[in-house]
Amino acid sequence: MLLEVAELAVDLMTPGGSRRVVDRTSFSLDEGESLGVVGESGSGKTMTALALMGLTPEGARVSGSILFEGRELIGLSEEAMQQLRGDRIAMIFQEPMTALNPLHKVGAQVAEPLVLHRGLTERDARGRAVDLLERVRLAEPERAARSYPFALSGGERQRAMIAMAIGCSPRLIIADEPTTALDVTVQARILALIDGLRSESKMAILLVSHDLAVIAGHCDRVIVMYAGVIMESGPVQVVLHQPRNPYTLALLEARARPGAPRRARLKTIPGAPPAAHERSVGCPFAGRCALTVDRCWTTPPPEVGFGANHVSRCHRAGEVGFGR
Amino acid sequence: MSEAPLLEVSSIVKTYRVAGVGPFARKNARPALAGVSFSMQQGRSFGVVGESGSGKSTLARIALALDKPDSGVVRLQGHSLFDLPRRELRAARAHMQMVFQDPYGSLDPRQRVEKIVAEPLAALGGAGRAERRARVQASLEAVGLKASDALKHPHEFSGGQRQRIAIARALITRPRLVVADEPVSALDVSVQAQTLNLMSDLEREAGVTFLLISHDLAVVAHICETTAVMYRGRIVEIGETDALFAHPAHPYTRELVDATPRLDQPTRAPLAPANGGPEIAKGCPYASRCAFARPLCREDAPALEAKGDGSRKVACHYPLD
Repeated sequence: MLLEVAELAVDLMTPGGSRRVVDRTSFSLDEGESLGVVGESGSGKTMTALALMGLTPEGARVSGSILFEGRELIGLSEEAMQQLRGDRIAMIFQEPMTALNPLHKVGAQVAEPLVLHRGLTERDARGRAVDLLERVRLAEPERAARSYPFALSGGERQRAMIAMAIGCSPRLIIADEPTTALDVTVQARILALIDGLRSESKMAILLVSHDLAVIAGHCDRVIVMYAGVIMESGPVQVVLHQPRNPYTLALLEARARPGAPRRARLKTIPGAPPAAHERSVGCPFAGRCALTVDRCWTTPPPEVGFGANHVSRCHRAGEVGFGR
Repeated sequence: MSEAPLLEVSSIVKTYRVAGVGPFARKNARPALAGVSFSMQQGRSFGVVGESGSGKSTLARIALALDKPDSGVVRLQGHSLFDLPRRELRAARAHMQMVFQDPYGSLDPRQRVEKIVAEPLAALGGAGRAERRARVQASLEAVGLKASDALKHPHEFSGGQRQRIAIARALITRPRLVVADEPVSALDVSVQAQTLNLMSDLEREAGVTFLLISHDLAVVAHICETTAVMYRGRIVEIGETDALFAHPAHPYTRELVDATPRLDQPTRAPLAPANGGPEIAKGCPYASRCAFARPLCREDAPALEAKGDGSRKVACHYPLD
């Protein structure tokens, strides 16, 4: 197993006290596998990704276990994390300009991890950077290497960031909403590129997205997060077509779907997610969920298995399904 | 006698001067809109889809007379907006309002909701205090907020509620036309559903017709009877929404449909970036990117012409079946 996360929790220190933003999170990822993490804002999906990279905000407390290539990452020094980041684990962000420095040429930035982690000379690294820019299918890689980030389009910048991420042949790429800011036609091409790179080099991908359909098309398995908790996990086609958790079902039914009758009532989810300090000891979805019963408020829901690694965290998981 | 269209946009041309890349690059005049025409009927919401740079947001601003075109005419219920004297233009504005994408940026954080929602009334010469209060209350209730919310500030609301406040502000003048530019794209799925339901209710109950601008085909299909697809400042295809997305005639519409993520099948796309190509003076603007382009496409720009029974128009020399 490439990555094994067990009972991961992240607590943020706020003026109002400590807030748990990721809770009891366990999942694993195999070599070459693609895992989607889906959830709405505040679900903890981005904080989970940041915890894997050791990039949680100052003062955050991370507990549990993150085993990567058999090595425990929690408690690792910042120096040791830096050696892993950009080498064995790389990250792709929604906004390429968070990773690209506007003042440096693209080629030099793509070359930098190669100098840092692989000990290449500047000159060799620059040559290799052009190869990488070609590998992400930039039309004129030499020209792109000589350009500053602002001279590239949004899609081209995203490709440059991917080139930077794959330079050291990482075993795991964490992609946080990598295509959310892009046009759908550009998004489709970037996702196809990431799929292609994954099958070529057997990298594993953790794809964080708010969009169920993006995950459906590009991941093997999915975890659905809500209020810091994994509500459901399993093979992507099983979870999205036979959900066993009321929250997953609610997300699916809230979507506008092409082909549905015009102005058909979309199902909504009443209320709003609980803030971190308002969560009950029971299920975080209690109260918003149509199936809520007394024990949902008082007892944490159990993990209920449905075969083939499909797990739902719900007291009434057996009763959930479309059309019920 | 047939009624005048709610909104009629004819031959709009708008050019912005944009700087090239690099300090010494020449400024290029790039047409944001290169002759756009369409008309909207009351009660039939109209969608505009296209990618960034297609001109769809420029079109929204011009439709509301927030920006002037280089040439072309916009008529609201038969009245040409750019020919109206300033006072009458203000009165015409009461019939059309706008909702923006960002429910955070478009609301002044220092003002109470009451003042924010009443703002379009002031632009119309104002209303008495009692009337203003009553209309704010009615507007808030129409979008599912409470009358008591009028006294709060924007930061006391969630993202979805803020978008409701923005819609309440647009409704206060009881407009017939609301131009909504990506009204749900910044919202979570469950909140999107609430906002789309609200838009449907307003069409049915408040007589609002939407000009909805979005990159999301499912959102447009949910609200709009008719949809126009824009590419580089031109409408390349227009027609009845469901038929348009089920059987695209323009290769670009097909590219959009194929690129839209779906639950039941992965999207298919080439690995390489779309070659947008340089702006070419002649020929079809999509030719450099089109899988079906033939020599004629690089020579002669196709006009937007009726296809089949006339309910569809497409600007393509070789439309798809």
